[in-house]
Amino acid sequence: MISIQNVHKSFGDLEVLKGVSLDVNDGEVVSIIGGSGSGKSTLLYCINAIENIQKGKIIVDGVDVHSKETNKDKLRQKLGMVFQQWNSFPHMTVLENAALAPRIVKKMSKEEAIEIAKKELVHVGLGDKFDVYPTKMSGGQQQRLAIARALAMKPDCMLFDEVTSALDPELVGEVLDTLRLLADEGMTMICVTHEMGFARDVSDRVAYFHEGVIAEIGEAKQVIIDPQNPLTQKFLSKVR
Amino acid sequence: MNSLFTPLSWSDTGFILIGVMNTVTISIVAIVLGTLLGLAVGFLRAESSKVVNVLLGSVLDILRSVPLIIQLILFSTFVGAMGYPLDPFVAGSIILSLYTMAFMSEVFRSGFESVHQSMRTSARSLGMSYWQTIFYIRLPIGLRAVFPSWLGVALSVIKDSALVSVIGYMELLRTSDQLISRTQQPLMILIGVGIFYFIISYPLSSYGRYVERKMAI
Ligand SMILES: Nc1ncnc2c1ncn2[C@@H]1O[C@H](COP(=O)(O)OP(=O)(O)OP(=O)(O)O)[C@@H](O)[C@H]1O
Ligand SMILES: [Mg+2]
Repeated sequence: MISIQNVHKSFGDLEVLKGVSLDVNDGEVVSIIGGSGSGKSTLLYCINAIENIQKGKIIVDGVDVHSKETNKDKLRQKLGMVFQQWNSFPHMTVLENAALAPRIVKKMSKEEAIEIAKKELVHVGLGDKFDVYPTKMSGGQQQRLAIARALAMKPDCMLFDEVTSALDPELVGEVLDTLRLLADEGMTMICVTHEMGFARDVSDRVAYFHEGVIAEIGEAKQVIIDPQNPLTQKFLSKVR
Repeated sequence: MNSLFTPLSWSDTGFILIGVMNTVTISIVAIVLGTLLGLAVGFLRAESSKVVNVLLGSVLDILRSVPLIIQLILFSTFVGAMGYPLDPFVAGSIILSLYTMAFMSEVFRSGFESVHQSMRTSARSLGMSYWQTIFYIRLPIGLRAVFPSWLGVALSVIKDSALVSVIGYMELLRTSDQLISRTQQPLMILIGVGIFYFIISYPLSSYGRYVERKMAI
């Protein structure tokens, strides 16, 4: 369970998050939509302690993310994150990519790490790519590798930041299918996305971000199909 | 009449080989030390603040822009005048290593910087610590990226090592110089020495091409 409580975040003089509150329950899928620069990515970075915050609190499974006592590396093991850029490790095979963190972060034996890595690679449909170097694969395959790499750490929750935005249109589907699969399996997910169809069909709730605040949040179909806030209406009419 | 000059003979082989060995030795010392120091300094430059960078950068600029031959003479004269005359090999190794370090540090700095912030963030998001990200991600990726430049610096060190002769180190060029004044056969000897430099450098450059091919994934 992730609890975001009145979070404020600034870069210098620029306040990017202006009091964001959001609770995500276990097994829930929440999509975040909104215009460019509204602070969507920044919120995910704050949840993962990649960025600090100025005010408020973020609690992940009872752990205060930004408290000085919190071990950030340990916290990040619970939170898988996938970015717009897949950032495969180019000097390792697909299997080594997925086995690295379990081995060096969780200190698993090599065999154990490889077993988990293989399982997650099969999970995302890369069962035939173990010994391939990622640079030889398509963006969609590399993005699925990034998902498997994160899943191999057995996170409680996954954060996705526009994971299909950098993909060629014909490759978007395979990655969305993988996300859908995870959602069906009950993974807790926060997805920043520009795919309104995905947000509507896969998520439980959708939050619309506008200039650093959640301008509207509600049941997914309601927000996408029948938005109440004029700002959300305007945004959705533009992206359609 | 011809007693003043004696022609090149087989008995000179040992003398030449000592020159070859000395060139190889000081080159290896400078490449190894220059690489290790360059790695540390390059890392420091990639990671530290602007102030530290400007300070470090100006020292490196001096090392890179003052001709090696002048650095060698100044250094050995200076330590001699201070009352600590150094063996030419030691003095030459120190200066040649520092000179190499100045170039290597730039090579490694660009290697570290070639791994983008978003790649580092991805690694950190998997729970890797700062140092794990360095050792498992930035170092291996960065080193691959700059290997050709590293090789270029290493090869030029072998050639630059000839300059250590000015402070009296008996490396290949100085050996040949002495043979030339004795035999008065400069053309033949210089061609021979050129071939020796090639023979010394060739394994390194062909090994380098082999490594590059292996790494091209
Ligand atoms: N590291 C940073 N330093 C300074 N400003 C930043 C930094 N990261 C983000 N910003 C600024 O914060 C604001 C919000 O950025 P953010 O990336 O969270 O937006 P976003 O909603 O994810 O947009 P997009 O849809 O374009 O990804 C932007 O104005 C951006 O320029
Ligand atoms: Mg963003």
